[in-house]
Amino acid sequence: MHFGPHLLLAALEGLVTSAVLALTALGLSLVFGVMRVVNVAHGEFFMLGAVLAWAITTAIGGHPALGFLAALVIAPLIVGAIALVAERLVLRRLNYNPEATIVATIGMLYIIQQLALTFYGPEARPVEPPFSYRILLPWFGYSGYKLSIIAASALLLVATWLVLTRTKIGLIMRATQYDSETAQAFGIPVGRVYGGVFALGAMLAAIAAVLIVPISQAHYLMGQDPLLLSFIVVIIGGLGSLRGTVVAAVLIGLSDGIISMFFSPTLAKIIATLLVAMVLVFRPQGLFGTASR
Amino acid sequence: MTLETLNKGNGIMDKSKTFDLSKTGLTRRTTLKGLAATAGLVTAPGFVRYSQAQSSAPIKIGFQSHRTGIGAAYGRWYEKTTAAAVKAINAAGGINGRQVEVIIEDDGTDPGRGAEVVGKFATQHKTDIVFGTLFSHVVIGSAPAAGEAKIPYFVVSEGHHVASTKLNRYVFQPGITDVKSQIQSMAPWIAANAGKKVTQIFPDFAFGYDHRDYLPPALKAQGADVIAQIAIPPTESSFTKYFPQIPAETEVIYHVMVGPAVLTFVKELGEFYGSNRPQLFGFIDSLEATDINSPGLEFLDGSHFWEGSPRYAQADDTEAQKAYRTAVGIDDNGAAVGDPKDVSTAAHMFGCWETLYVVKKAMEDAGYKGPEDRAKLVEATEALTAFAEGPEHPQGAKTFNGKIHQCFGIQNISKVEGGKLKVVHKTKIEDGLYEAEGDYTTQAL
Repeated sequence: MHFGPHLLLAALEGLVTSAVLALTALGLSLVFGVMRVVNVAHGEFFMLGAVLAWAITTAIGGHPALGFLAALVIAPLIVGAIALVAERLVLRRLNYNPEATIVATIGMLYIIQQLALTFYGPEARPVEPPFSYRILLPWFGYSGYKLSIIAASALLLVATWLVLTRTKIGLIMRATQYDSETAQAFGIPVGRVYGGVFALGAMLAAIAAVLIVPISQAHYLMGQDPLLLSFIVVIIGGLGSLRGTVVAAVLIGLSDGIISMFFSPTLAKIIATLLVAMVLVFRPQGLFGTASR
Repeated sequence: MTLETLNKGNGIMDKSKTFDLSKTGLTRRTTLKGLAATAGLVTAPGFVRYSQAQSSAPIKIGFQSHRTGIGAAYGRWYEKTTAAAVKAINAAGGINGRQVEVIIEDDGTDPGRGAEVVGKFATQHKTDIVFGTLFSHVVIGSAPAAGEAKIPYFVVSEGHHVASTKLNRYVFQPGITDVKSQIQSMAPWIAANAGKKVTQIFPDFAFGYDHRDYLPPALKAQGADVIAQIAIPPTESSFTKYFPQIPAETEVIYHVMVGPAVLTFVKELGEFYGSNRPQLFGFIDSLEATDINSPGLEFLDGSHFWEGSPRYAQADDTEAQKAYRTAVGIDDNGAAVGDPKDVSTAAHMFGCWETLYVVKKAMEDAGYKGPEDRAKLVEATEALTAFAEGPEHPQGAKTFNGKIHQCFGIQNISKVEGGKLKVVHKTKIEDGLYEAEGDYTTQAL
């Protein structure tokens, strides 16, 4: 294959990775930004989204698009509810203490994972894409559904940005992030904001998973890679910065696609990790993060 | 408590009968608590409940199972097959007149955990042997622990590592053939029927390396060539980015992928090539426990697979094969009876059944009494030479080379046709024989 088409394929693959990564990492970044909680169980919410998507599409049947749309709405809601319960039962009782919440979310990771293994099983199960249009380029064929993931993710990111910057809910969230004590003094129900943000973070991961599951399959261990990559993205972009998260996700996704296609996937991971190290040394707050006060 | 029994229902280890507290008639809670504690103690590992002669105690087989981790689907079916075989052996009088008891420990499909589990079987459960491992990296990680504890370790792994004689004298693979032999016996068919220019796609770890190393020479001998080798990390979840590395002149894509991502692999290959694809030859390992009719797998129609034992019932199945399928509980499509979605790992799990019968034969030959006879058991296993086709070896006849601890048997090449796998070629035992690379019997016991 010639260089041009090869690069095009690499870029397309990279963009699909970026799209899903941006949504997942945004959830992680929001939770840290507002609550100062490092959610190690974030990848498991992603996995739950995919597993629920499988369950919902299987239960509904009929045209694949029908089940998929239902999954896109219902799965994130269920995952959000589970996250809310976890936040009420665990994180709140630890007073959101940074060290304790890390340990607690590690525990949540294993509990969710093993429950998925027990009730869903060890198999990787497929979900049919809502449509299976194959775009025929002169050099290779490409899945039309994959391109639609990029579009869907971009829409969702814009929607999240609008909510954060243009609505009252967004204002309350930003106020809590900026200074939770002062926010409380001004009558903002910080506890409820925390619960909502934790649920929203989990829902973003679940939506990303529902989008990716038709090209990837639901499996109980699928949360590990997105977790690691999300942390990389969030560290590079700056914790709590929406813009940084998106830029870093595109950067990591594209470099992963292109480097692993022209060189090796291992090299792509090495470079991403090296980038994290460099950012931590020279700009610990991340590319777009603000230094902590 | 991690102790578990597979042979529930045969009345031997049925805890609900042996320790039924509900009929004791005692009302005092404290007494009940005491009793429960005693019951717990009695079932604890290592506790000897048999006051009679040792000969009536069961033979204990430690089953190193992939209950969690990437091998979990295999682990579940290995357990089912093992339970069926043990039930059949016990119903026929056990081994040397003693019943067989299986103790399962989960290794998480992880080499480090695997070694710990072997140690636990040897020192805590004090099992007679360790058995049942599939994944090659777990076998390689656990083998030194078995050699150190001097406990016979019967694996059902398919890798070439046992036969390479790089492990140790306590490791055996008598129930399933190894990759080197499989490749060698199938290469003539691939070169003659699929194509001469082959691109290999394989996982980037031990099992994949067996394919990487042994396919090129085997094809060369048949006048065919491997023109590209593409290694894919075992955790990869997206494959399109590797496909440009497949040379345009490729006639056959030889694929071996293990892990949950195989459906994606096939689907993306389909999107990439459309209907204008090269021939495909794969190892069913990729699609074990996966319904061949899953969405996205239509692309495999007309392609060929290696199968150790056929998943779908074939027209010429032997009586032994039929009886084996019934005993394990799989239907004509290779799925669990009563649950067509629960597809088995039929191409491999027969190895558990056959290995247990080899263990039985070797223990009987050795007059095996207990762990003090483990060395005798090793020698008796090494002395075996052939296993005849029949109820104990339903996959087919096999020969056994005691020097390299490996069996040799027939392979099936199946074609995907109308949503089923149909066997189109069976190799002969001789096709897969090769020069021994070493000799375990020269090692000290």
